[in-house]
Amino acid sequence: MAADGAGMASELTRLTAAEIAAAVAAGDVSAVEVAQAHLDRIVAVEPDVRAFLHVAGIGALAAAEDVDRKRAAGEPLGPLAGVPLALKDVMTTTDMPTTCGSKILEGWRPPYDATVTRRLRDAGVVILGKTNMDEFAMGSSTENSAYGPSHNPWDLTRIPGGSSGGSSAAVAAYEAPLGVGTDTGGSIRQPAAVCGIVGMKPTYGGSSRYGLVAFASSLDTPGPLARTVLDAALLHEVMSGHDPRDSTSVDAPIPPVVAAARHAGVSGLRVGVVTEFSGGGSQSGVRARFTEAVELLESLGAKVVEVSCPHFSYALPAYYLIAPSECSSNLARFDAMRYGLRAGDDGTRSADEVMSLTREAGFGAEVKRRIMLGTYALSSGYYDAYYGKAQQVRTLITRDFDAAFEQVDVLVSPTTPTTAFPIGERADDPMAMYLADLFTIPSDLAGNAAISVPCGLAPEDGLPVGLQIMAPALADDRCYRVAAAVEAALQERWGGPLLAQARELGEQAGDGR
Amino acid sequence: MTDLAQLVPYGEALSRYEPVIGLETHVELGTATKMFCGCPTTFGLEPNSAVCPVCLGLPGSLPVANRAAIEFTIRIGLALNCSIASWCRFARKNYFYPDMPKDFQISQYDEPLCTDGWLDVEVDGRAFRVGIERVHLEEDTGKSLHMGGATGRIHGADYSLVDYNRAGIPLVEVVTKPVAGTGVLAPEAARAYVTELRDLLRCLGVSDVRMEEGSLRCDVNTSLAPRDAADWGTRTETKNVNSLRSVERAVRFEIARQAAVLDAGQKVVQETRHFHEDSGSTTGGRSKEEAQDYRYFPEPDLVPVAPARDWVEQIRASLPELPAARRARLQADWGLSGAEMTHLSNAGAVDLVSATVEAGASPAEARKWWLGELARRANESGAELSQLAITPAHVARVSVMVRAGTLNDQLARQVLEGVLAGEGDPDAVAEARGLAIVSDEGALAEAVDAAIAANPDVAAKVRDGKTAAAGALVGAVMKATRGRADAARARELILERLS
Repeated sequence: MAADGAGMASELTRLTAAEIAAAVAAGDVSAVEVAQAHLDRIVAVEPDVRAFLHVAGIGALAAAEDVDRKRAAGEPLGPLAGVPLALKDVMTTTDMPTTCGSKILEGWRPPYDATVTRRLRDAGVVILGKTNMDEFAMGSSTENSAYGPSHNPWDLTRIPGGSSGGSSAAVAAYEAPLGVGTDTGGSIRQPAAVCGIVGMKPTYGGSSRYGLVAFASSLDTPGPLARTVLDAALLHEVMSGHDPRDSTSVDAPIPPVVAAARHAGVSGLRVGVVTEFSGGGSQSGVRARFTEAVELLESLGAKVVEVSCPHFSYALPAYYLIAPSECSSNLARFDAMRYGLRAGDDGTRSADEVMSLTREAGFGAEVKRRIMLGTYALSSGYYDAYYGKAQQVRTLITRDFDAAFEQVDVLVSPTTPTTAFPIGERADDPMAMYLADLFTIPSDLAGNAAISVPCGLAPEDGLPVGLQIMAPALADDRCYRVAAAVEAALQERWGGPLLAQARELGEQAGDGR
Repeated sequence: MTDLAQLVPYGEALSRYEPVIGLETHVELGTATKMFCGCPTTFGLEPNSAVCPVCLGLPGSLPVANRAAIEFTIRIGLALNCSIASWCRFARKNYFYPDMPKDFQISQYDEPLCTDGWLDVEVDGRAFRVGIERVHLEEDTGKSLHMGGATGRIHGADYSLVDYNRAGIPLVEVVTKPVAGTGVLAPEAARAYVTELRDLLRCLGVSDVRMEEGSLRCDVNTSLAPRDAADWGTRTETKNVNSLRSVERAVRFEIARQAAVLDAGQKVVQETRHFHEDSGSTTGGRSKEEAQDYRYFPEPDLVPVAPARDWVEQIRASLPELPAARRARLQADWGLSGAEMTHLSNAGAVDLVSATVEAGASPAEARKWWLGELARRANESGAELSQLAITPAHVARVSVMVRAGTLNDQLARQVLEGVLAGEGDPDAVAEARGLAIVSDEGALAEAVDAAIAANPDVAAKVRDGKTAAAGALVGAVMKATRGRADAARARELILERLS
C-alpha cells in the first residue's frame, strides 16, 4: 500500500525512532497520533504480512496518552517516549497473551512483565502488540509458528527469517519503527538480514532474560531490530543493563552504543574477514555484496585482514546438541498442570496420561524433534559423547574468537548464506533450515556481540543481503560504530535507505500467497 | 506386603550376617526466604500463598541463589569436618512430577559444595566415626496430597492436590559414606547418627529440624552380607522414615528381612522401599533397574558458586561450640560419668538440664527431675521431653523450693503435675493447691500429739528406746497433714515428747 491520501499519518510510519522521539518530545506530534498511524498501518498491511499474533490497540493508545499527559505536565520523558514497538511473543506481558508461537501456551496471560517489557514501558515506549515467531524460537523462517508464517515485506511469498521474523517483518513493513527479538542461534540477525533491516545480538547477559520464555538458557539473548543503526542503539540502551533477577546478567555498565552509532568511523580499525565464512557455500549475490562491503570498509580506512577460525565449522553441530539439550529441560514444565493447554483430561485419565497427551497435541514437529534430540544427548551413557563434547567444541570456538580478537577489532562475514527463501522451500528439510544460521551461531556459542546491517541486494533475486559484524563480549559499541559507518556510506551510494528500494506492499497484490 | 513370618529373628540374623548402613538426610534450611526467590519459608501457611513466578516455575522466570542458604550449607559442611569446594555448580535433575513446578529440580550432582567429612557418634559406650560423603544444596519440591484411594499415594487416588508453598525451600542433603562395623548395634548407630546430626544442625541454627513437620527427613540404606564375605551386600533404600525411632526400626526390619531373603538363597533386590510407621515394616517400591535417567547437566540459569576462602574462614570462626565439645565440657562441669552423660544425651535432656542449671538448680537436681519424674510423664504421653509444657525455669524454681524446705519431693511432684496441666508457674500451683510444708509449730505439735495418742503401742516402743519405730508416727503425721509436714521436724518433736 502506498501513501494513499492518509497524508501526514502515513508519513509518521516512515519516521525513524529517533525522529519520532524528538518530535514527540518537542510537541510537534502527539504520541497518540504516532500510535494511531502505526495501528492504521497494521490494519492495512497485516492481511499480507501477518507479523503480529496480538495487536494491543487500546493498550497502545493508553500508553501513548500517558506519554502525552506526562509531556503536558512537564514530567520527564524517557528517551524513546512515544515510539511504537513490536514485541516478540516470547517476552512476558501482563496485559497481553504470551504464546511463544505455540499451541501449548495459547491464551496464556502471564502474571508478570519481563524485565525487558518493564524497561520498555518505563521508557515510554508504546508496545503495539506481540509478534509472530517460530515456536519457542526454534526455526529460521516463522514457518514453525503454530499460528502460520509471517511474510517478508520485500516479497510476500518469501520467509521473513526467524525466529524473530514477526518483529523483523513488522519493522520492514513500517508497522513499527522498532522491534524486540531474541537471538539463540541467529534469530535476530538472520531475520534482520533477509528483511533488509538492522538487528543486534548484544553480548550474552547484556540484556536480561527474566521473562524471556527460555529456549536455550546459555544462548538466549534479547536485542533490538530497527531500520537504522542509531535506532537499534537507542533501543539497545533502553532494554539492556544489569538485572538482579537474572543471575547470568552482566553486572557492568551498558557499552556506549548510542555514542558509537552517532560517531561512526572505521579509520584505522582492524577488520578480520573470517576465512571459513567468506568462500563457497553462500549464494553468489551474497558473496558479491559481502566482498563489496569489505572493500567499502577498506576504502573508509579500515585495515582488512583474513583471519582463520578453524573451529567455526563445528559450531553448527555443537549448537544442535547444546541448544536442544537445554530446551529438552526448559520445555519440561509445559505439563498441563498449572497453565496453558490441557488435553484429554476427561476425568478418567491419570496425570501422566494427560501430560503426554497435552505435549503430543501442544508442541509442533520441530519442538518435538529438538526435545528428543536433547533428551538423547543428555542421557546417561551418551552425555559425554554428545553434550559434553559439544561443550568442549564451544570452548574451542570461544578460543578462536579470543585469538582472532588479538589480531583484529572486529570480524565480518555475511549474516546468512542466502537471501530470503520461498515459504515452504525448506519446511520439510530441517538440515537445510539449520544452515540458515551457519554464520551467526559462533557468536551465540561464544556469547559475544554481533550485528547485521543491510549491505545491498543480491542481483539474482533483488533481495536484501546482511553484513555481520562481530565484536568481543562487552564491546557491543564496536558493532554499532562499524555498522553506522557502513550504513552511512551505503546510503550515500544508494541515495537513501535500502528499504526504499522495496516495492510497496500494495503493488505486490497478486504475487500469489 | 512382606510376610512377617519370613523374618529372621534379629539376633540370629546378626550371628550370620554383617550389616552396612548408610543415611541420606534432607534438611530444610531455616532461611527467611526460599532458595531461588524472595518467598517466605514459613511452615503452615495457607496452601499456595507463599508462591511467585520463580518458585512456580512460570515460563520466563529465573532463579537467583540465596546467599544465606549457601552460607548455612558451608556452616554444616564445616561442622561436619568437610572440605568446602572453592568452585562448584548447581545441576538440573530432570524428571516429571506434578509437584515439581519446572519438572526439573535444581540440585547439585558431581560438584557438591561440601565433601569428605565425618561425625562421631556413641552407642552403648562404643564410639563410631560416620564418614560424610557429601553435603549439597538443592530446592525442595511442592507437596502433593493424594485424595481418595487406599494408600495415600498417587496411584489409586481419586484426585490430587498440590501445595507449592514448599517448592523452592532450600534443602540440604547430607550423605554418609557406608558405615560398616557396627554389627548388632547398626539400628542404634543409625539412630544415634541422626540424633547427633539433628543436635548439630539445631546448634548451628540452620534449621528447626522438626521431623514431624518434615524439616528433617531420612532415607536409610541397609545391606547385609555373610560374615565371611569379602564384599558388601546389595543395599536397599528405605524412604518415609520420619522419626528417630523409625530410623532404628527401619534398619532392624531390613536386617531381619534381608537375612530371610539371603537364607532362602535369593538375592536382595536393589530398590527403594517404603517404611510403614504402624507396622514398622518396609515394602518394595521401584526397582533401581527401572530407575529414571535424571539427565543431570549444569544449571545454565545460575552462575557457579565460588565461596571466597576468607568468607569460609569467617564462617568457620563464627561456628558455635558444637554438641560433642559442649557435652564434654558439661560432663566435666557436672561431674558425670560417660555413661551418665550418654544417658542424658540420648534422653534429649542436655539442653534442658543445662538451661535448668543456668536458672538456678544444681546439676544433680536438674538431672533428677528431667530424667525422673518428667521423663516418666513424657514417656506416658509419648512426647519428647522438650515438648512437655514446662520450662527449665519452672524446674529450677521447684528445685529451689525443695532446697529451701518449702516443698518436699512428694509435694514437688504435685507442683510439677500442676505446671504440666497448665495451672500456672510453680508458685501459683503451690498456692492454688495449698502445697507447702506446714511450718506452723502449733499445728505440727497438734498433729504429733494426735499421732502419739492414736498409736499408744508404737509410742511405748519408742519410749523403750526403739527410736526406729518413730517412723510409723512420722508417717501418721504426714498422712494427717496430707504430706505437707516437714518430716524431719515432726520426727524431732516425736522423739522430744517420748524421751
